[in-house]
Amino acid sequence: MNILVFIKQVPYAKEVRLDPKTHTLIRDGVESIINPYDMYAIEEGLRLKEFHGGKVTVMTMGPPQAEEALRDALSYGVDDAVLLSDRAFAGADTLATSYTLALGAKNLRDFDLILCGKQAVDGDTGQVGPGMAVRLDIPYVTYVRKIRSVDDGTMRVERIMDDGYEVIDVPLPALLTVVKEINEPRVPSLKNKMRAKKQSIAVWGAADIGATTARLGLAGSATQVTDVFKPERKSNLEWLEGSVAEQVDALVDRLQKLKVG
Amino acid sequence: MILFDPEKCTGCGSCVDICPTDAIELINEKAVINEDECQLCGSCEAACETGAITIEPEEPEEKGDSDVDLSQYRGVWIIAEQRKGCMAPVVYQLMGKGHELADTLGVPLAVVVIGFDMRDQVESLAGYGADTVYYVNHPDCANFNDGLYTDILVDIINKYKPEIVLSGATAIGRSLIPGVATRLETGLTADCTQLEIDPEKNLLLQTRPAYGGHIMATIVCPNHRPQMATVRPNVMKKPQVNPDAQSEIVEIPFDPSAYSIRSKLVEHISESEGEEALLSDADIVVAGGRALKNSENFELVRTLAELLGGAVGASRPPVDSEWMPYRHQIGQTGKTVCPKLYIACGISGAVQHLVGMESSEVIVAINKDRSAPIFEVATYGIEGDIFEILPALIKRLKESR
Repeated sequence: MNILVFIKQVPYAKEVRLDPKTHTLIRDGVESIINPYDMYAIEEGLRLKEFHGGKVTVMTMGPPQAEEALRDALSYGVDDAVLLSDRAFAGADTLATSYTLALGAKNLRDFDLILCGKQAVDGDTGQVGPGMAVRLDIPYVTYVRKIRSVDDGTMRVERIMDDGYEVIDVPLPALLTVVKEINEPRVPSLKNKMRAKKQSIAVWGAADIGATTARLGLAGSATQVTDVFKPERKSNLEWLEGSVAEQVDALVDRLQKLKVG
Repeated sequence: MILFDPEKCTGCGSCVDICPTDAIELINEKAVINEDECQLCGSCEAACETGAITIEPEEPEEKGDSDVDLSQYRGVWIIAEQRKGCMAPVVYQLMGKGHELADTLGVPLAVVVIGFDMRDQVESLAGYGADTVYYVNHPDCANFNDGLYTDILVDIINKYKPEIVLSGATAIGRSLIPGVATRLETGLTADCTQLEIDPEKNLLLQTRPAYGGHIMATIVCPNHRPQMATVRPNVMKKPQVNPDAQSEIVEIPFDPSAYSIRSKLVEHISESEGEEALLSDADIVVAGGRALKNSENFELVRTLAELLGGAVGASRPPVDSEWMPYRHQIGQTGKTVCPKLYIACGISGAVQHLVGMESSEVIVAINKDRSAPIFEVATYGIEGDIFEILPALIKRLKESR
C-alpha cells in the first residue's frame, strides 16, 4: 500500500502568554515543528506500510525552510519526501491550499491512501483535508481514531463523532484525517536520522505541478483577513475572601441567589 | 506581495507581536520583513494602525474566479444537522443569528434539512424564524454521509444561490462543509464565534479565534459566493419561539440513482454515558483542571456536579493525562459550553480553555494562584486549595438539602 502523508510546519512557542501590561503576545523560544496531529498521520502511515508493504511519502507546502519538517519526518522512517515550494503559493487560504496540495498528490500519482492530521494547530480549520479529497474526487473520512481492517480495497475505520463514534467502510483510494487517539508515535531511530540528513528531497514549484497561477496563494484565495485583535475579557470579579468556611458560605449564598445549590 | 512604507511606520512593534511566523523584526525602530519567512497571512496588515504594511496579490488583474456574478446570490441559509432524526441544538442557535443577519440584509432566512421522516421538526423551524425550509426527505438520506450530503448540498446551493451559508462547527459540520465549499470554489471560515454584516459593503464579517485563541481574526469572502462559515456550538443564543410564524416548505426531490455513494456507515455507537451527553447543553457545568492531580480526585468534581445537577467538564491537561475522556474536554480543541453556571476547579485558565467557556453566565473560579488567568473571566473568585474548598462545599451542600 502506497501512502501519502501531508504535513504542515507550524510555529511552536514553548510558552505563549500575554504581557499583562501591554497585552501583546510574548513568545519565548519560538521554533518550527511538525504539526502535532500530523505526527499521528506519519505514524499510522508507517504502521500500515509495516503491515501491508508499500511505501510512505510525506509532502508539505511551505517556504524553503519547511524542508526541515520533511527531514524530521524522514527520521521516523518515512521513505520519501516532496516539498511544494514557490513564491506563488504564499498567502494561500484553505481553498488555494487544497488546490495546490491536490495537484501535488496528482503529480506523485501513485498512492492508495492519503493521511492528514485532523487540523493544524496554527489555523485550527481542519478544512484542507476534505477540500483536497474533493478535488481529487476520492472519498474521505475525518477524525479517524482507528483503522480496523483493510480488505479487498476497502478500509474499515472508526471516526469520532460528538456523541460517540461511527464505523465506516471506505473504498480506496481515500483520504483520512486522524486524531491523537489513533496511535502512539515512535521515536526516530539513529539509522533513519542519519539517512534523513543526507536524503535528497524533491522540490516542486507551480510549473512542476501544472498549476494555474491565478488559483494559487493569495490570488487564488477566496477569504481575506480584514482585522486582527486581542480578545476582550469582561472583568467584574468579586473575590470571596476569608477562611475556607467563610469562602464556602459566601459561595453557597451566591449560588442560592442563582437558585442553585 | 507584501508592501512596506517606511515613512508610515512608527516602529510601534504591533506587527512584530502579531506575526505568527516571526518574519518581522524592528531594526532602528522600523519594521523589517523577511520575505522568505512571510506567509502573507495578513495579520500584520490588519494590526498596523498607520497602514504601513499592505498585502496585494501579485497579479490582481488575473484574479481566480472573480467572474462570479455576486448579485445573483441572495438569502441566508442554515444547513441543519440531524442525528437519528433529531435536530442538533446548534441549528436553533444558528437560526437566531441567521435571522438577525437576514434582517440586516433585508433577505429571507432558509434552512436546509437532509434526512428522513422529519416533517414535524421541519415544520417547527418556522417558529425559529425560517422563511423557507428546503427539505430532502428520503430513506437513503436518513444518516449523515459526507459524499452524499456534499453532492446534495452542492446541487441545491447551485440552484437557489444563497449569499450566506452557515453550519455548526460540530464533527459533522467540520467534516461536511469544507467539501461543499471546495466544490463550490468559495471561501469558508472555520469555527466562527461572531458574525456581523459590514454595513458599507454588505459583506459577512466572520470572526474566529486564531493561534489557539490568543488573537481574534475577522475574515471576509469578498469575491466568491456563497460566503460560508461554520460556527461554534453554544456561542450564539437560541431565539424565542414564535408559535404563529409560518414558513414555506420546499420538498427537494431525491433520486438515488443520480448519486453514487462511496463510503458507507456500518454502525453508529453512542459512547456518551448520559452525563457527558448533556455537557454541551447543561445549565450547570463543574470542570476540573490539572490541580486535581489524578483521576480519582475527579470524584470531587463529579460529586459536586451531581449535587448541583450539572455536567462534568475538564480542561485539557486532565484529558491529555487520561484522567478524563476527551468528550469532557472544554476549550479550543474540545467543546464550547455556555451554561448559566460554570465552576472551574483548579483550572488555571489557559486562553485555549477560556474560549470554550467564557460566555457562561456566571463563572466561579477556585484556584490556589490568585494571578491565574481564569480569574480574569470569573464572576466569583475563590483563592484557595481545591482539596480544602471542594470537600467543604460538598459537605455544606449536602447539609442544606
